[in-house]
Amino acid sequence: MTQHERAIGDTLLKVDNISLGFGGVQALSNISFDIREHEIRAIIGPNGAGKTSMLNVINGFYHPQEGAITFKGEVRRAMRPHVAAKQGIARTFQNVALFKGMSTLDNIMTGRNLRMHKNILWQMLYYGPARTEEMEHRRRVEEIIDFLEIQAIRRVPVGKLPYGLQKRVELARALAMEPELLLLDEPMAGMNVEEKEDMCRFILDVNEQFGTTIALIEHDMGVVMDISDRVVVLDYGRKLADGTPDEVRGNQDVIDAYLGVPHDEGEA
Amino acid sequence: MLYREAGQFKTGYNTDQSIFPIRQDRWAIALFLAVAVVAVPLVIDDYWAKAVLLPLLVYAMATLGLNILVGYCGQISLGTGGFMAVGAFASYKLTTAFPDLNLIIVLLLSGCVTAAVGVLFGLPSLRIKGFYLAVATLAAQFFLVWLFNKVEWFYNYNATGQITMPPREVFGFLITGPEATPAATYLFALGFLIVFGLVAKNIVRGRVGRMWMAIRDMDIAAELIGVRPLMAKLSAFAVSSFYVGVAGGLYFTVWFGAVEVTEAFDINQSFQVLFMVIIGGLGSILGSFLGAAFLVLMPILLKNFMVNWLGVAAVTAKHVEITLLGVLIIFFLIVEPHGFARLWQILKEKLRLWPFPY
Amino acid sequence: MGDSLLYFIEVTIGGLLAGVMYSLVALGFVLIFKASGIFNFAQGVMALFAALTLVGLMEKLGVPAWVAIVMTIGVMILLAWLIERLVLQHLVNQDPIILFMATIGLAYVLEGVGDLMWGSDVKALNVGLPDGAVDWMFDLGIYVTKLELVAAATAAALVAVLAVFFQRTRIGRALRAVADDHQAALSVGISLRTIWVIVWSVSGIVALVAGIMWGSSSGVQFSLSLIALKALPVLILGGFTSIPGAIIGGLIIGVGEKWAEIYLGDYIGHAIENWFAYVLALAFLLIRPQGLFGEKIIERV
Repeated sequence: MTQHERAIGDTLLKVDNISLGFGGVQALSNISFDIREHEIRAIIGPNGAGKTSMLNVINGFYHPQEGAITFKGEVRRAMRPHVAAKQGIARTFQNVALFKGMSTLDNIMTGRNLRMHKNILWQMLYYGPARTEEMEHRRRVEEIIDFLEIQAIRRVPVGKLPYGLQKRVELARALAMEPELLLLDEPMAGMNVEEKEDMCRFILDVNEQFGTTIALIEHDMGVVMDISDRVVVLDYGRKLADGTPDEVRGNQDVIDAYLGVPHDEGEA
Repeated sequence: MLYREAGQFKTGYNTDQSIFPIRQDRWAIALFLAVAVVAVPLVIDDYWAKAVLLPLLVYAMATLGLNILVGYCGQISLGTGGFMAVGAFASYKLTTAFPDLNLIIVLLLSGCVTAAVGVLFGLPSLRIKGFYLAVATLAAQFFLVWLFNKVEWFYNYNATGQITMPPREVFGFLITGPEATPAATYLFALGFLIVFGLVAKNIVRGRVGRMWMAIRDMDIAAELIGVRPLMAKLSAFAVSSFYVGVAGGLYFTVWFGAVEVTEAFDINQSFQVLFMVIIGGLGSILGSFLGAAFLVLMPILLKNFMVNWLGVAAVTAKHVEITLLGVLIIFFLIVEPHGFARLWQILKEKLRLWPFPY
Repeated sequence: MGDSLLYFIEVTIGGLLAGVMYSLVALGFVLIFKASGIFNFAQGVMALFAALTLVGLMEKLGVPAWVAIVMTIGVMILLAWLIERLVLQHLVNQDPIILFMATIGLAYVLEGVGDLMWGSDVKALNVGLPDGAVDWMFDLGIYVTKLELVAAATAAALVAVLAVFFQRTRIGRALRAVADDHQAALSVGISLRTIWVIVWSVSGIVALVAGIMWGSSSGVQFSLSLIALKALPVLILGGFTSIPGAIIGGLIIGVGEKWAEIYLGDYIGHAIENWFAYVLALAFLLIRPQGLFGEKIIERV
């Protein structure tokens, strides 16, 4: 694994005036912000603010009615999710979306899918190039398994794992894609304090060691303020504020809409 | 005490990912294959070949195919009978058009033809899911049987509408036709099953297999990590139909030798194979063999028991057999919905610890 | 009126009436699927079983038709209770495909038991329904049998009764609650097991009606169970959970099939009714994947 200099670089992804609606409901109106290389960008807001919809737009799962997205200099309105994956956008989900019938190892190996090219004929023989390729990727996956400290559950079907570990496997699967931009949807939801600390450490390590740009949604304000470089705040599909954690913390709109309400603090 | 993996160390990812990582398993499978390949042909007679072993081999092949689609890729199909018919008629047309073509090639080509047809009927799977898809695949079942029944070209314009397999030799051995020896037909079919059983295992443990399972378990997430649903689903339909087509070809060429499409490949055939998949275990190669064996052998045992031992009239025995089959299926689903494959797994876990389970 | 127009009308009416039969069977499917998420493949065999029982009771016991019908209803309710007791209860929370397979097993059992009890020969069923052509229509040059009209009227009445049952009665509302959300229904104290017995009884009775209609016109025999296969495309078209969908879908399939047989049959070969309905339903799905009455689903992650 190569060590990256963690210096925030140029704009990696730019969201321009995105609007998205479902029938009568406007999920996102005129949202614009950017994500720079190597930074950790948080998207926060109360429930129903449109955070998950925003991630869904970025990786092509929802197609917005208006606006444009620029990723690595390429402008587009929408694309198919697997194209987004190919361009280097990986993702974890609010409600864990692992392949429940498969083992941890197979789940993570699936993340290597886009990087494996040997055709089905070689695979039928499980010989020659196909086997070599399989072994190469297995080695890479084992590195990720070591990195996230999940060696012991390699062979366990993920459906049987506790929730906290499932979240970790999901992160492993996303990392296996070696993405440039990693979208994390509430990576710490439903975790206890210890698990949260572990997850924070992993996120920071990923960012530092691999130089991966991270956009994350999180409700735990302590975590958000601690680890993110910049924060964008959404409320009812509109952008309320955008800036460093300190700037956001001081913004009156944000305090009114969100931070000032005590029961939202640290919500799971 | 004999079944232990202690002391067997894995020295690379290669050995860790082999099909039988435990040494005892490798011995057992080698012994089993030796019996199947060497001992069985020495004692086989016509009854055993036609009533027991060929059905077993042919259905195991079809079950493997359907399990790839249903068990690994999660797409329910009720069109298996129709696809088997494609395999049978393709091999008939090929072998009558090119009498000199090696029967192995004929069957492989028939599999390819069926794969193409399978992809065609798999197209709806891109838009519909679950039981809607299951019902849609019935379209394949009914349409294909109708087609082979109506269009005379498929049965070379003969008056009966039946297709009959002419005698064919492979490497100097007569394989088809009434003169073929039971041992030759058995070994021919067995060869196909061993090769394609291994191939199936190789496919499902590699990239393509993982792609299918990803679609099965969570299609949205699969797409978001770069699996293309189009490719995954259609390749599953193709590979699955290939197997089912070869099974249909074997059914016609070496087992029955003559078939009439509406009788041989009706919808009950589709259900039968689906039962084998479910009872064997969804998403298990070994389960496919066990499921096929169970559903081939059980009716034979039931029938023999009732007709020969209890002296029940054959017609009544047929009704009782259907009833009991239904009861057994329900019973089995209640007791172990994950099929024989799961039972086998549990047994092995127990054996590993036996006789000191704590 | 020209002959070809008259013929067209006759074909269309014939199609609509056949469609009513499909609707009846599809209705049985929908009731069970709505309430329990089970794709009940035994629905067709249930129609056969009900008709066999009815004929058997009339022949062996010599009771009048209406007594036999009441007794058969009793048998179907008993059957529903047995199915819940012996099968469904043990399969709660299993995958839908396992439940689906169990209903195929059930179909085998019912078929075997029906044959063992009543024999597998073709039986005539006569419960006193009128037969023969409808005179005034025959005078116009259109051939429609009285039986077909009675079947249509019965189906319409049955649908009306079911609609009232679902909208107005307490049990009906409970059924709808269960269909919407199992957990929620359980939490407000609706017993899932009772509900299942009720829906299976109701579909058993619907199966009986279908069995009587079908059996009266073409005899009670194994092929009766195959009408279930004809009803399946109706489900794709109308949706697995929509009662109006089952009715309209049935009519569309019935008419479409007859038109195709008459007007396309000459070009692509006859006896296409086995698969034409499926192709029709599939073509429709490609245009409107959510079916006739389904709503567009917004996927979430």
